[in-house]
Amino acid sequence: MPGEAQLLQGTLDLLILKAVSLGRLHGYGILLRIGQISGQALLVEQGALYPALFRLVRQGLLKASWGTSENNRRAKFYELTPAGRGRLREEAAGWNRLATAIAAVLAARPSEA
Amino acid sequence: MLGRLRALAARLLAPAQLDAEMDEELRSHVQLRADDLERTGLDRREAERRARIEFGGHLRFKEEARAQLGGTFWETLGQDLRFATRMLRRSPSFTLVAVITLALTIGANVVVIAALNSIVLRPLNVPRAESLYSIHRVRDNSSGQSYLNFRDLRERQQSFEDIAGYDIEPAGLESDGDPIRVWLFAVTGNYFDVLGIRPHLGRFFHDSDEHGPNSAPYMVLSYNCWKNRFHEDRGIVGRTVRLNKHPYTVIGVTPPGFIGTLIFASPDLFVPIVNQEQVVGVNRLDQRIGRAAIFMVFGHLKAGVTTAQAAAEFTSQSAWLAKAYPKENAAETYKIRRPNLYGDHVGKPMRAFLTALLLLAGLILLAACANLGSLFAARASDRSRELALRLALGAARSRVLRQLFTEAILVSLVGGVLGLGAAAVLLRAISTWRPFPQFPMNIPIVPDAAVCGVTLLLAVASGLAFGAVPVRQVLRTDPYGTLKSGTIGDARKRITIRDILLVAQIAICAVLVTASLVSIRGLGRSLSGRYGIEPKGTMVMSTVLGMAGYRGESIPEMQKRMVEAMEAIPGVTAAGLVDCVPLTTSDVNGAPVFKDETTELRPDNSAEKPLFFEISPGYFGAAGTALLLGRSFTWDDGPQAPPVAVVNQEFSRRLFGSPDAALGRFFKRRLGTRTQVVGIVEDGKYENLTESLKPVVFVPALQSPSAEMSVIVRGAPAAGGSGDPQALAVAMRTKLRELDPGLPCFIQPWTTAMGLVLFPSRMAAMALGILGVMAALLAITGIFGLAAYTVSRRLKELGIRLALGADGRDVLRAALARPLQLLAWGSALGLVLGVLASGVLASVVYEAGSRDPLVVAGVAVVMLLLGLLATWVPAQRALSADPLVLLREE
Repeated sequence: MPGEAQLLQGTLDLLILKAVSLGRLHGYGILLRIGQISGQALLVEQGALYPALFRLVRQGLLKASWGTSENNRRAKFYELTPAGRGRLREEAAGWNRLATAIAAVLAARPSEA
Repeated sequence: MLGRLRALAARLLAPAQLDAEMDEELRSHVQLRADDLERTGLDRREAERRARIEFGGHLRFKEEARAQLGGTFWETLGQDLRFATRMLRRSPSFTLVAVITLALTIGANVVVIAALNSIVLRPLNVPRAESLYSIHRVRDNSSGQSYLNFRDLRERQQSFEDIAGYDIEPAGLESDGDPIRVWLFAVTGNYFDVLGIRPHLGRFFHDSDEHGPNSAPYMVLSYNCWKNRFHEDRGIVGRTVRLNKHPYTVIGVTPPGFIGTLIFASPDLFVPIVNQEQVVGVNRLDQRIGRAAIFMVFGHLKAGVTTAQAAAEFTSQSAWLAKAYPKENAAETYKIRRPNLYGDHVGKPMRAFLTALLLLAGLILLAACANLGSLFAARASDRSRELALRLALGAARSRVLRQLFTEAILVSLVGGVLGLGAAAVLLRAISTWRPFPQFPMNIPIVPDAAVCGVTLLLAVASGLAFGAVPVRQVLRTDPYGTLKSGTIGDARKRITIRDILLVAQIAICAVLVTASLVSIRGLGRSLSGRYGIEPKGTMVMSTVLGMAGYRGESIPEMQKRMVEAMEAIPGVTAAGLVDCVPLTTSDVNGAPVFKDETTELRPDNSAEKPLFFEISPGYFGAAGTALLLGRSFTWDDGPQAPPVAVVNQEFSRRLFGSPDAALGRFFKRRLGTRTQVVGIVEDGKYENLTESLKPVVFVPALQSPSAEMSVIVRGAPAAGGSGDPQALAVAMRTKLRELDPGLPCFIQPWTTAMGLVLFPSRMAAMALGILGVMAALLAITGIFGLAAYTVSRRLKELGIRLALGADGRDVLRAALARPLQLLAWGSALGLVLGVLASGVLASVVYEAGSRDPLVVAGVAVVMLLLGLLATWVPAQRALSADPLVLLREE
């Protein structure tokens, strides 16, 4: 799929935190949300999501609770904890710095070198 | 962190529930996906199928998710344990060697630690043992006091809640039948009250029961005596038994577990010290002089008083006593110590000895760890294919290491448990062993919970230590290279960690071999040395005439008859009495003497403080002490004759300048008695073998009668004396029966009686010998391991060399040069260290000179033999390498 970008190592956590920061979601919902906000450019492998989710819960960044989905199915919902919110801010800032730097590198012209 | 802990707790507490929850979540995910797919027009079954396929390996994700939950520690451990067991079972000889090595070395450590714990560390089994202290002189560690001084001290002192004292004496006890020899504590009336213990049966005696000499014929039995001699007869309380022929009423039994106030002397019974005359045979209750009445003074320190304050107080009390009674007392400095091992007297050497032993046992364990470390490293490199395969398949290095550590710790724990078991069996044997049948020594050494805990720690620590050796190797492993070439890169040229370990281990082994040779040689010398006596071929008969009711005039009379009776035994060449048999006790009486011209006889004016022996005519002959000048005593040197003495060379030198000058001269004894030197005998050893030259005075027993005398009987070498000591003992017993059938006695060869004095060096030689043998075994397995390993790795090369015409010597050099080189380095290093460290031994073992060429040569020979022994099998294997077979194998 040419439209899909390769998911960089370590960015899955950031994507999950961002997706959940927009509202309480279940696992499948997180996948959909990531696809939706990235314009289907970033697709997370379904099974790879859960280890990441468990890790985030264990680190105390996410909080999980059981609830009912919009189509009336029992599902586990995730939301950010205050620690998760902080981590999201840090990671986003870091990512932006990296992206700016890489963009600057790529924008360099021969004359400036 | 908290969240992780909670997750872990949840995982441990309800693993099934968590699993179910995870399943439900994954199922719900698939359902939600199927819902979406259904909406695109698929039918439900097809939608669910597609959703499941899209999701992928259900189990794998579950496993990964579970790992993220952090609860897999126990599961991983279980897996590792199962795997480790399988691996170890696959190489049973390796496992067996490792487990036995560990069991032996950890067992040795457990024995030493348990001994240290029971003898030195554990407090006495009395309430509030932490504040129980005894009072000792700084000068000689003695805690003895005269009875009157004790009374004054007790009255005046402020530091202790109260102080009590006791004396240890043998006595004859009759309940029904013949008298048996027992040990008793003659204690001050407040003894039990000061200790604060409650009787198991009946009651204890108190201060209020004392009404002057021989006023309190009461007896308290120790629990063990009650159990063993009176078969736990509850009716014993109130019954009358006879002690040294005097009637005593049993009033109580001490609680079980109470063994008196000295760890190494547990009495059979307790009597009030006011009955001293009946119990000991002499009445010292009205004396202020000397310190024979009370053996030890102890009590509970008051809360808030430090030992230093209490010591200062007793030092000033002593100054007061010296001022108030200058004739009898000199001012002394005091210190406060634990009563368990009689303060520093036994405590200090015992602590030093056990600490040294602990150090050596620790070294052995270290050597074993080095040994096992190189074994594990060799194993890891032999398993390099397996490890590389696991790494190539994606196992994390940490996971592989963890598995290796699990294996190492499993081995060390099994070894540790076996070692503990073996140590427990050995300790039970040691606890029931009574090295000196004549003394009430009974030290129960039991490995308690603390010892078991330390053992476990030791086992785990050693597992970690030798498990850590292959770590670097595993971390460096290049899985692909290893899979291709077979084993981890060649380490023939460089110095590997295994080489260092082997050198270290051999050095440790050489230290221990040096130490054990030094101690064995020291013991040999101390057994063959000359001590101014010749114990071989003599028997010692100890009697306490007081036990049989002898008093006053009848004592010397009976003693004379005893000597004459012994001399009449056919084959006996000499017999004589002595109050303290030299080299069997460190409790010889010392008393100040004064120059003839001294008029003011205060202790601080004294010229010397020699040891005093009371002897009968015939003693020097029986003891084998050479008379150098003058004469010995005769039976005419009685109470009416002028006081005379025979002195040793050292005394004559110190007091008169030389033996020749001393003969015929006078000195004064404590009460002003002018005593003439009539003879000079050779110097000797009197209390122990390591003592320096001591001045000694021998006085005629007839001029200072004592109820406690031993008869030394020398048999003629030809006439069955030294040939058959048992026959001589029987003859002596028969003779004594003829004189007095009711007199209890104890007969043993002098050399056996010297056991107490030789005990430290014997124990040291034994312990060091055992440790030395263990170290030697370890060195053999270590060298063997390396040599066998080198040979097996280079077998192909060696075979080809042989095939190309190399002679056996070249092959051997190629195969074994390295292990032997390491052996030489290690031995040299160990020998140097051992010689340096043996200075410590000199304090325990008499004549333990480590710069002894024989010891150095001995160590070299032993190490060489070990090397030969250990490389024999690998050398044979190298020589028989057949290139054809080897080439065909690959």
